[in-house]
Amino acid sequence: MLIKRTERSEAASRGSVAATLSGQVGGLDRRAFLRRSGLAGGALAALGTLPIGGVRKADAAVAGPLSAGATVRKNVCTHCAVGCTVTAEVLNGVWIGQEPSWDSPINRGSHCAKGASVRELVHSERRLRYPMKFSGGQWSRVSWDTAIDEIGDKLMQVREKSGPDSVYWLGSAKMTNEGAYLFRKLGAFWGTNNTDHQARICHSTTVTGVANTWGYGAMTNSFNDIRNSKTLIIWGGNPAEAHPVSLQHLLEGKELNRANFIVVDPRLTRTAAHATEYVRLRPGTDIPVLYGMMWHVLKNGWEDREFIRQRVYGFDDLRKEVEKWTPDEVERVSGVPPAQLERVAKMFATEKPSTLIWCMGQTQHTVGTANVRTSCIALLLTGNVGKPGTGANIFRGHDNVQGATDVGLDIVTLPFYYGLAEGAWKHWARVWEVDYDYLASRFSDKKQMETPGIPLTRWFDATILPRTDVAQQDNIKAVFVQGHASNSITRIPESLKGLKALELLVVADPHPTTWTSLSVEAGRKDGLYLLPIATQFECKGSRVASNRSLQWGEQIVKPVFECKDDLELIYLMAKKFGFADKMFKNIKVENNLPEAEDVLREMNRGSWSTGYCGQSPERLKAHMKNQAKFDLVTMRAPKDDPEVGGDYYGLPWPCWGTPEIKHPGSALLYNTNLHVMDGGGTFRPRFGLEREEKLPDGTTRKVSLLAEGSYSKGSAIQDGYPEFTLAVLKKLGWDKELTEAEMATITRVNPANPDTVSWSLDLSGGIQRVALMHGCVPYGNGKARMNAFGLPDPIPVHREPIYTPRVELVAKYPTLPDAKQFRVPNIGFSVQKAAVDKGIAKQFPLILSSGRLVEYEGGGEETRTNPWLAELQQDMFIEINPSDAADRGIKDGGWVWVSGAENNSRARMKALVTERVGKGVAWMPFHFGGWFGGNDLRKNYPAGTDPIVLGESANTITTYGYDPATGMQEPKVTLCQIVAA
Amino acid sequence: MARMKFLCDADRCIECNACVTACKNEHEVPWGINRRRVVTINDGKPGERSVTMACMHCTDAPCAAVCPVNCFYTTADGVVLHSKDLCIGCGYCFYACPFGAPQYPKIGNFGSRGKMDKCTYCAGGPEADGSKEEYEKYGANRLAEGKLPLCAEMCSTKSLLAGDGEVIAQIYKERVMKRGYGSGAWGWKTAYRETIES
Repeated sequence: MLIKRTERSEAASRGSVAATLSGQVGGLDRRAFLRRSGLAGGALAALGTLPIGGVRKADAAVAGPLSAGATVRKNVCTHCAVGCTVTAEVLNGVWIGQEPSWDSPINRGSHCAKGASVRELVHSERRLRYPMKFSGGQWSRVSWDTAIDEIGDKLMQVREKSGPDSVYWLGSAKMTNEGAYLFRKLGAFWGTNNTDHQARICHSTTVTGVANTWGYGAMTNSFNDIRNSKTLIIWGGNPAEAHPVSLQHLLEGKELNRANFIVVDPRLTRTAAHATEYVRLRPGTDIPVLYGMMWHVLKNGWEDREFIRQRVYGFDDLRKEVEKWTPDEVERVSGVPPAQLERVAKMFATEKPSTLIWCMGQTQHTVGTANVRTSCIALLLTGNVGKPGTGANIFRGHDNVQGATDVGLDIVTLPFYYGLAEGAWKHWARVWEVDYDYLASRFSDKKQMETPGIPLTRWFDATILPRTDVAQQDNIKAVFVQGHASNSITRIPESLKGLKALELLVVADPHPTTWTSLSVEAGRKDGLYLLPIATQFECKGSRVASNRSLQWGEQIVKPVFECKDDLELIYLMAKKFGFADKMFKNIKVENNLPEAEDVLREMNRGSWSTGYCGQSPERLKAHMKNQAKFDLVTMRAPKDDPEVGGDYYGLPWPCWGTPEIKHPGSALLYNTNLHVMDGGGTFRPRFGLEREEKLPDGTTRKVSLLAEGSYSKGSAIQDGYPEFTLAVLKKLGWDKELTEAEMATITRVNPANPDTVSWSLDLSGGIQRVALMHGCVPYGNGKARMNAFGLPDPIPVHREPIYTPRVELVAKYPTLPDAKQFRVPNIGFSVQKAAVDKGIAKQFPLILSSGRLVEYEGGGEETRTNPWLAELQQDMFIEINPSDAADRGIKDGGWVWVSGAENNSRARMKALVTERVGKGVAWMPFHFGGWFGGNDLRKNYPAGTDPIVLGESANTITTYGYDPATGMQEPKVTLCQIVAA
Repeated sequence: MARMKFLCDADRCIECNACVTACKNEHEVPWGINRRRVVTINDGKPGERSVTMACMHCTDAPCAAVCPVNCFYTTADGVVLHSKDLCIGCGYCFYACPFGAPQYPKIGNFGSRGKMDKCTYCAGGPEADGSKEEYEKYGANRLAEGKLPLCAEMCSTKSLLAGDGEVIAQIYKERVMKRGYGSGAWGWKTAYRETIES
């Protein structure tokens, strides 16, 4: 037998050198070792038994070959919005190892399969290495200069002929805040609102629905705060696969509080496997089931009456709708048994604090906005908002999808939700120090400047629809896509027509993506460029986790091959278009690379509306450096800390005022139990101060939309109040507290009528500062809306999916009438009616839904290129219930053809026969691509850049359906048929 | 000296496969070799549970008992390692192992498998700690650096624990006491001939 020597004193390694460099000379201390055994708190008692004898002092003098000179750099994982810190060891410019990020209060060392393998993304031999051009059906390498010249010339030619709106700028939730902001700014300077990114197909319905309820469309609490919950409902989400590290907080909360852990989903997911109660519903019936719960709440008087009286508008209207959803009707529509529903309703309403967690299961529907609104209403009804352990915990899917939304990479708004009205453009013109008239001159006209653009879900409709159906100068003629998958957009067979019709397609990405393979499949021969873009690990900048915390990522290694930073490409395009000087007026640019810190500072100067003004680059960097100081549950640092004292981790927005006033950020939104300078808040009154309601007798009454008797702790105004303007300050006599400089800036904003300058337009931050000093929230103190007047269904109502198997319900619960939305027609009603008339449900009897796998993300090209992940999921598959499989002679693991209800679509994949899905329901992961209609498209990728694993895309089968308020697609409910292949 | 063990809290494991890819990342394990994997029982049914599995570094390891060339050895920390220089790829250890840990890079002519590979508890092999030779044959040696196996360090829900047996058993016991349920320390009876009372 060999016996290995036990003396390790000569051992040294990259790890010990890393420790040396970070000041831990002499190896690990006892505390660090303890933390490595898995759990710090629980293990303290066992300190005496620590195996410290096994750890010897490291000696850097005899460092092994792997060690010399390794440095440690921190960035953030790019695969979901939990925001896990990635700790990298770098040697000679090469990323040689990943270490656990123990100090992060979010991930505490942990990762999922994707996070634990991100190092490979940078190393990958299958990345795009240099710009490529597809012409005459052949790939060729071109220089960056040539690529930018040719692309720029073509875009300007398209602009000349068809107007600025004919170029579609598709950005990315993968960009940093700085990149996404500049991409939106590029769109503004180009002269179009056709700028969008993944939020459209992710949580656009959440943003619209939730903001229309209580002010801001974001997660109200945090992953960490869920540790306080006594009842958790995960409704339409599978965080065990989509946000695995969040489960650390959810499961520990479940264990420590012995909390109710309820999963409501059509699938018995990997999350449901850990639930105390699992509710299976028919896909697309979330509203009936939520109302069914509320029916029990109202019947038993479990609602929070005082909360509703003080802070909620529209309760009586809600009551009328809820009364329709008796237990029998809910069961008839959704299949949820009455007794189970009553049990869940009771837990949610009485075992508080309760939180509602949701994801794509609610948002990706034609009724997505109404779904999330109903969820908010359930929280309001039971008083579960604005306190620890409560809230709408909306798990976002991309590492910076919250941030990219905030910075306005969107079709309906300029950065930070200012909208598109003239006042918004003038605000940003002031921030950018550019003439408003110049910006206006870039657009085809003022009306287009103030009209929302086309959602990315409709880019191909806007390309191929008859010219007169698209409400802009001309159809989409060119698409410039920087970091977005094509196979995550529904109706792929239709999109192929668009891919062929475009005059120019530019794909800027680390990988060619399915834009490339499907374009070639569509018959495209020319006018296709691939530009190699760096991963975020090769760039620096800030990204926003789901809980609104900003985290600053360091550049781990320089961009590999000829890849460029997002910011550099944006600058090069602006330079080519001739407006770089104006667009980068206040941003330092070195070697064509805009400085990320400067971009963030510009955002700070303009983002008053969302409270992104206090998060200076210096503060964010201090947070990353001091991660270990933040509390696991409250996420707050001790008040006496010199660098980050009293701050919440990542300064979750709103972080009011200038950085100098040191607002700590807001870990929990709308929390009246805290002073606003401690992160407290109120609901935001942004829908008027009062509303005239018609009474049954024909008379009217005015109802206040301001809070009644409720206010945040320490507020000088102990009641509801409107947003702050100079006029309001004057009325309160607080205007004298403004400094001369602040007053001068306010006057400069609106010389004619400075009284109207508000907290969100005052570039000095003075109005915010004075309000905060009096304990008031700058945006005011209003009521949340159960009745969201102005939206398509102000009180949400159930509407059957466009393609439903329950055709008998369509007459009672039809989808909304056809209408023109976002410049294109939405003919959902006609499609639904035709499907019923033609008996589509008989031909395609199975409901098809889709979702995530833990190993892959989004369109999946990047993760399917990573061998460590690809090895774990090598085949596209469809889940089918054993009884449906038996009816069709389908065997587990066998090949099947899946056919869809539109375009004679079909796809070939393997069958996974499982009770995970109910009878009549099938489910596909949406990450696969590179096959179409049974054909392998591997040959369509430039040599050496094809992902390791290819497969059919779920969206080859998905069908028509768009949310009227946001243009969200419908990948969660359609119909299909499956036969053995 | 510590007695290093693995413990998988099956009530926490969500089959996220972080342990699997962390292992690949740390040791650059090639495609087809899985030193660690996650196994799910009752997949898709009520009662679904997942457990992550690798070499458990058994007490009186059965692999060592059947090895015809004595390539296995146990370190002072209780980690079961082997010498790839001595291994003849006979596959006996694969049949003896109750956890299916041994892996073989190839199946060639006449059933030749190549040198056996398995989880090293991030403790390398017989070569000098932290040496290039050790890294190439066995992967990184974290234990020598005072670090624990990366699979456990990166576990998304702190389901997989690694460390001294007594310490991790204590952590698990406290968890079970707090939450009121626990399906037991999976594999401990087989690997270590003991169970955790809770």
